[in-house]
Amino acid sequence: MGNQQFLADKIRTQEYHLNMGPQHPATHGVMRMVLKLDGEEIRDVEPVMGYIHRSIEKMSEHITYKQIIHLTDRLDYLSSHQNNEAVALLVEKATGIEVNDRIKVIRTIMSELSRIASHQLWWAVMGMDTGALTTFFYGFRDRELINDIFEETCGSRLTMNYSVIGGVRYDLHENFVKRVKDFIVHFRKKLPEYDQLLSNNVIFRKRTEGIGILTKEQVIAFGMNGPTARASGFVCDIRKKIPYSAYDRVHFEEIMATEGDAFARYKVRILEMWESMRIIEQLIDDIPEGEFKVKTKAVIKLPAGEHLQRVETARGDFGVYAISDGKKNPFRLKFRSPSFANMHGLNKMSEGTKIADLVVNFSTIDVVVPDIDR
Amino acid sequence: MSYFGDIASATKTLISGMKITGRYFFVNFFTRKEIITVEYPDNIDTLKMFDRFRGEIVMYHDENNQHRCDACTMCEIACPNGSIEIIWDKAINEETGKPKKFLEEHIYHLEMCTMCGLCIEACPADAIMWGQNFHHATQDRSHLTKSLNQPGSSFIPGYKNPKK
Repeated sequence: MGNQQFLADKIRTQEYHLNMGPQHPATHGVMRMVLKLDGEEIRDVEPVMGYIHRSIEKMSEHITYKQIIHLTDRLDYLSSHQNNEAVALLVEKATGIEVNDRIKVIRTIMSELSRIASHQLWWAVMGMDTGALTTFFYGFRDRELINDIFEETCGSRLTMNYSVIGGVRYDLHENFVKRVKDFIVHFRKKLPEYDQLLSNNVIFRKRTEGIGILTKEQVIAFGMNGPTARASGFVCDIRKKIPYSAYDRVHFEEIMATEGDAFARYKVRILEMWESMRIIEQLIDDIPEGEFKVKTKAVIKLPAGEHLQRVETARGDFGVYAISDGKKNPFRLKFRSPSFANMHGLNKMSEGTKIADLVVNFSTIDVVVPDIDR
Repeated sequence: MSYFGDIASATKTLISGMKITGRYFFVNFFTRKEIITVEYPDNIDTLKMFDRFRGEIVMYHDENNQHRCDACTMCEIACPNGSIEIIWDKAINEETGKPKKFLEEHIYHLEMCTMCGLCIEACPADAIMWGQNFHHATQDRSHLTKSLNQPGSSFIPGYKNPKK
């Protein structure tokens, strides 16, 4: 001990800066973080954004509302259907287009399938970030089934572009119901394996429990939402608070946790997959008959004023805010993306932890970088 | 928990996880039941894409090398990113004696296309449709600019769009 004290007096140490990214595999995209370090301990994390900024909001001002939808696929590409739905709902609400029950139910099923697919990918990558490569293959194996459902009905696996103003682009494929039922039977068997493989693993528990704690007050102060905020006890599910589409007719629980650490965030997402399956099971058996697309005008103009629509994506509260001056394209458009808000909690939750814990924390807030930069 | 207790419980949970991976490995090794990965070019002969798969945009041609596009440019207007250019000209229609538009070239920039499908929705005559080809990788970018109407093709004479 005396020797260490002697060294500490003699050797001068100082905080230093380290770049993580922008092309780091643990940053899930083109994201740069400037770390202020004291040895291996993190003092400060400064996210540097904008490496894949595509000015989607500005581009949207020059195109019509029908054309905006395909750009929202490119924001949060893992919940592209919910993003499409947000714009479609905004225009439908503002112009008073009434959609029938069939459209509402189709949209809800698609949203929940997207949510499961997104959480599966997150689980796969979460395991990989903590050093368990097997999860990556197992997550992708199960996600493939959902991608096939999307490809068959929507024509595309990732950038689905399925929800359009006044309905959905195509009617459900004849195999859709069978495939979804098969998937649920399959996934109900596989999801307990996820727990056995990763959640119950002591090494994984030690990496996540008690790491990156955020209190409810901090979560609210940062404007965080989605599963990340629900893990700290903040009730924020848009599906419950402001029900849209068919969410008012299904029974599901808002998954909450109170610990606020990395494992709580993990737990919430795993349980959300069970809830999503519950929602799909309630709807899949009796999809109402009707048209899949109601007739709309060729040129859609929003009434002048402000319009807002919020949906719950896999990452949280996605909002579309449009100011219209009565023309066929918006005067200003703003996407309130959940990843951008969740990003800001990273600094607080990483304070005093090690670099390896930063990777875990970054993984549990589950950001999609194109959603941050837009 | 003690240091050795930790090691013991970590080993136990590792083994319970290894049971799953081991089962998949050995059961699939002998039965080949749940193997889902295929090396890509091996299945190229049997690979069939879904009917709605959005690979590229193609123009319908019948057996006489005739298409349905009358160069109304609706698809060009609907496209959000300028992937479609239509070159048209006017010629005297022999029946009516009035000048009528005809398609010279339907240029499709695949490199800019985001497969949103608005052009196909906008087309009043179903002249263009989805193709399921996805082998788009080329050595040169200029290969991605395509002409959708085949050389020497012409408009189906007297074709009336049923939707109009």
